[in-house]
Amino acid sequence: MELIQPGLGLIFWMTLSFLAVFFILRKYAWKPILKMLREREESIDKALHAADQAKLEMEQLKFDNEILLREAKNERDAILNEARKIRDKIFEEARMKANEDAQRIIENARDRIENEKMAAIVELKNQIALLSIEIAEKLIREELSHDKKQEGLIKKMLDEIKSN
Amino acid sequence: MNGKPGALNIRVICITIFMIAFTVFARAVETHDTDTSHQPGNKKFNAGRLMIDHIVDAYEWHILDIGKTHVSVPLPVILIYEGKFHVFMSSKFHHGHDSYAGFKIEDAGSRKGKIVRVKEGTMETDVQAGMILDFSITKNVFGIFVSAILLILIFTSVAKAYTRRQGQAPKGLQSFLEPVILFIRDDVARAAIGKKADKFMPYLMTLFFFIFLNNLLGLIPIFPFGANVTGNLAVTGGLALMTFLVTNFSGNKNYWAHIFNTPGVPWWLKFPLPLMPIVEILGMFTKPFVLMVRLFANITAGHLVILGFMSLIFVFSNMQAYLGLAMAPVSVAFGIFMSFLELLVAFIQAYVFTLLSALYFGMAVEEHH
Repeated sequence: MELIQPGLGLIFWMTLSFLAVFFILRKYAWKPILKMLREREESIDKALHAADQAKLEMEQLKFDNEILLREAKNERDAILNEARKIRDKIFEEARMKANEDAQRIIENARDRIENEKMAAIVELKNQIALLSIEIAEKLIREELSHDKKQEGLIKKMLDEIKSN
Repeated sequence: MNGKPGALNIRVICITIFMIAFTVFARAVETHDTDTSHQPGNKKFNAGRLMIDHIVDAYEWHILDIGKTHVSVPLPVILIYEGKFHVFMSSKFHHGHDSYAGFKIEDAGSRKGKIVRVKEGTMETDVQAGMILDFSITKNVFGIFVSAILLILIFTSVAKAYTRRQGQAPKGLQSFLEPVILFIRDDVARAAIGKKADKFMPYLMTLFFFIFLNNLLGLIPIFPFGANVTGNLAVTGGLALMTFLVTNFSGNKNYWAHIFNTPGVPWWLKFPLPLMPIVEILGMFTKPFVLMVRLFANITAGHLVILGFMSLIFVFSNMQAYLGLAMAPVSVAFGIFMSFLELLVAFIQAYVFTLLSALYFGMAVEEHH
């Protein structure tokens, strides 16, 4: 029977102690503990959220970078193309000019050569003429040194004229 | 509730085996010492008496006997009789052998173990005497004080750790208790009550840790621990009463409507004979009653089983000295096993009491569905 007879005093002290513990712990333990737990959870939540945000931003940044890189590449290609074109043009122009110059030089040279040739021919003709005259003089002088021969020649010449 | 059915089954099996064994030996002892059992200073070992004495409340904290010397810590007796306070130490009773100031500890009958009035100059109980209001600091009251102080010390220091180490990872005692606190908050309070859980958190936490700590301290067999606090009906009844009061004072319109005009049942169950309201009102009281009995019975049973195994040593020694010696290792092994089981039960019972309280609060504050 002792086992199931609750003591009045025990109920009283038990209730008193439990309530005292309850009120003391509520004020000095549960409130700060639960508050801190909640705050920590919130801060962890916030941190996780921020990390997610950062990841998203990183991705955005990477994406932006890629776009930037692609643009830069395109621009580089464009510049290179332009440069190549300009180079080609300059080459072409230079080549044309060189051709022209060469043509002109060749033309000049040809003209000169022609002139020189003509002058040489004229000179040669003159020389030949002079030489011919000299030879002819010498020949005539030789021929005419003998009367006989002079006569033969005159005769031959007269023949020739006659035959004409 | 159905968290650890395996452990509870083992428990039931153990108790059954033990009870069968015990009744056989207890009967043997009983028949053996019928002639000497009422004499003071009886040397015969009475297992049932020893077990009950270890479990019930007492006016002094008995530690051990050496020969005929009782080693015990006297505790203050506070009585109100006929409007007057009587305060003295329990050692004045000389372990129940003497009366003091007209009071004695009853040694037989239905009021056995309680303080009663004696007839002038004798040791006879005065049955005509008026009621004695007994506010003594008994073993259990002292045990409650010890655990109350421990609870306050532990949790204020933990709270300090929380404020000091704000925003940091828990450390030491704080990190040991944090999972338990979170378990009570998330898996008990919030799971059972829902949105309004935070309002009940201080009560549920106090309840859980009060029961848990007292369960654990009850397993330590050395002064100032080891009072069978949660295995006492007055204590579990007090706790159940508080849960009852909190439930009914926080009950909203739906809760009372559910009791007096239960929705979803045919009208003839409520009128002219209010069957359902009667059942529901009975339910209001059976809920805390079940809480009270469950905790009391579980803790008391655990202690009884451990004490029973220890008593077996002496029961056997009384028959034959070597038999007792042979029994000792078996009893100790079972005692250790039971103690481990009790550690589990200490948690489970604290959890069950708290969870059921939370469920009742949840029913009381539930919004209309």
